[in-house]
Amino acid sequence: MSETPRLRIRGLHKRFGVKHVLRGLDLNVAAGGSTVVIGGSGTGKSVLLKCILGILQPDEGSIQVDGQELIGAAPAVVAEARARIGMLFQGGALFDSLPVWENVAFGALARRQVERRNARALAVETLAKVGLGPEVADLSPAELSGGMQKRVGLARAICTRPEMLFFDEPTTGLDPIMAEVINELIVDTVRKLGATALSITHDMGSVRRIADRVAMLYDGRIVWAGPVADLDHSGNDFVDQFVNGRAVGPIRVGAAGIGSG
Amino acid sequence: MNPLAAIGRAVLTAAAATGSLVVFAATAVGRGLIGPWYPRLVLRQMVEIGYFSLPVVGLTAIFSGMVLALQSYTGFSRFEAESAIATIVVLSMTRELGPVLAGLMVAGRVGAAMAAEIGTMRVTEQIDALTTLSTDPLRYLVFPRLIAGLLMLPLLVLVANAIGVLGGFVVSVWKLGFQPIEYINRTFEFLEPLDVISGLVKAAVFGFIVALMGCFQGYHSKGGAQGVGAATTRAVVTASILILVANYVVTELFFAR
Ligand SMILES: Nc1ncnc2c1ncn2[C@@H]1O[C@H](COP(=O)(O)OP(=O)(O)OP(=O)(O)O)[C@@H](O)[C@H]1O
Ligand SMILES: [Mg+2]
Repeated sequence: MSETPRLRIRGLHKRFGVKHVLRGLDLNVAAGGSTVVIGGSGTGKSVLLKCILGILQPDEGSIQVDGQELIGAAPAVVAEARARIGMLFQGGALFDSLPVWENVAFGALARRQVERRNARALAVETLAKVGLGPEVADLSPAELSGGMQKRVGLARAICTRPEMLFFDEPTTGLDPIMAEVINELIVDTVRKLGATALSITHDMGSVRRIADRVAMLYDGRIVWAGPVADLDHSGNDFVDQFVNGRAVGPIRVGAAGIGSG
Repeated sequence: MNPLAAIGRAVLTAAAATGSLVVFAATAVGRGLIGPWYPRLVLRQMVEIGYFSLPVVGLTAIFSGMVLALQSYTGFSRFEAESAIATIVVLSMTRELGPVLAGLMVAGRVGAAMAAEIGTMRVTEQIDALTTLSTDPLRYLVFPRLIAGLLMLPLLVLVANAIGVLGGFVVSVWKLGFQPIEYINRTFEFLEPLDVISGLVKAAVFGFIVALMGCFQGYHSKGGAQGVGAATTRAVVTASILILVANYVVTELFFAR
């Protein structure tokens, strides 16, 4: 823990009107690992990723990527940091006015990493990495199934060879087999790229499959963080309740035991 | 409760909305001019706005020209001024009806489509995705539409003017018994360049307004399909109102000297 973490967040606050979603969140993500953030629906997991990407403006706090502060930084600095991050959106967010291959090569084209005439070949090559054949390249995103859309989204995220990858609920809404395929792809691509991964998921199977470290978000803060091996004996009531999916426990409005563990 | 507070709140809301619209337009134009540019997207929008609006605008124009001739005849024949019909038709079309009707029709057709498309991109996080892929949504989505609106509406209005005058001609010659040559001569007798130019300036302003409202409402839509629907309605309504307001302002600037 002596080197600078790839991502360091301190005291992050985000409000939407009166709704106070993030309330002083702290998180470290070490370079090279795969961290998974777990937490209930609506606790602000997606908001956290969007704050890091600069899509949402936090109200307070510090976000550092490779030691570089992003809050209050010049737009060019934020853009440069963002260019090193690939993002798989919760809903895929594929551009439905463009064919699959242009979706995949979009970032590389925007950053002039590839000439337009070579872009299609790059896209086909990247699609192959996520197990999709060249025949998909000319389809429109609307013609793909949910699982294929996730794969195309993944291809789009890795096409620019980013140093960091964000996955927002990569397996939600997929059948168990497809979910497993996606998990495997994530583990694989992250290892091959040597990238740092920050993922969000509800799916405990997925957590055990892709995480080195786990952080639990509750009530706007990280209430527990540790290695995935400690997940089952974390000594934290929130984590216990979430991992075991119990209805009874501290994660209920008005329940006792907040802050224990 | 307090009526004054209600009025005050409404005024403040309207002022804030106007402010954010102006900031939105200025940012989009400012950044768009700096580039990077997307000529391919400008071209696509030009085809969308110009070419695909031709049938709607053409139909509107021809019937407007026809009814203008008919109405002026019933009115003007009462004091034997039928000979003014050709002038009435051409001046009404170029100065008022061409730009206003084309603007309103394009607001319904194109403004709505822009709001729906950009609104859908907003609620499905495609706009966020653009940002993460090093692409500025204002440069990529908004600026090309503004430029296309600004450039294409004048062209549409030129066509609408011609078709409208043709409509008036057809009714006058076939139904009201005018001499074709005589009618055509009369059409151009009192027509001045400024009549046409002011109409085209109006058209450019209206085209910008339509694209701006479509983009602005779509860009700020929230809350799923319902939000996109509401944004689409707002885009058409606000664009239509702004067109009529701008119509008066531009007319005043050109002719009230
Ligand atoms: N743009 C926004 N405007 C207003 N409120 C928002 C916005 N984005 C998120 N929220 C609110 O912030 C809270 C957290 O949302 P977020 O999408 O981060 O949840 P999440 O943890 O990702 O949930 P899920 O697991 O269901 O995706 C929600 O209550 C949501 O209503
Ligand atoms: Mg989410």
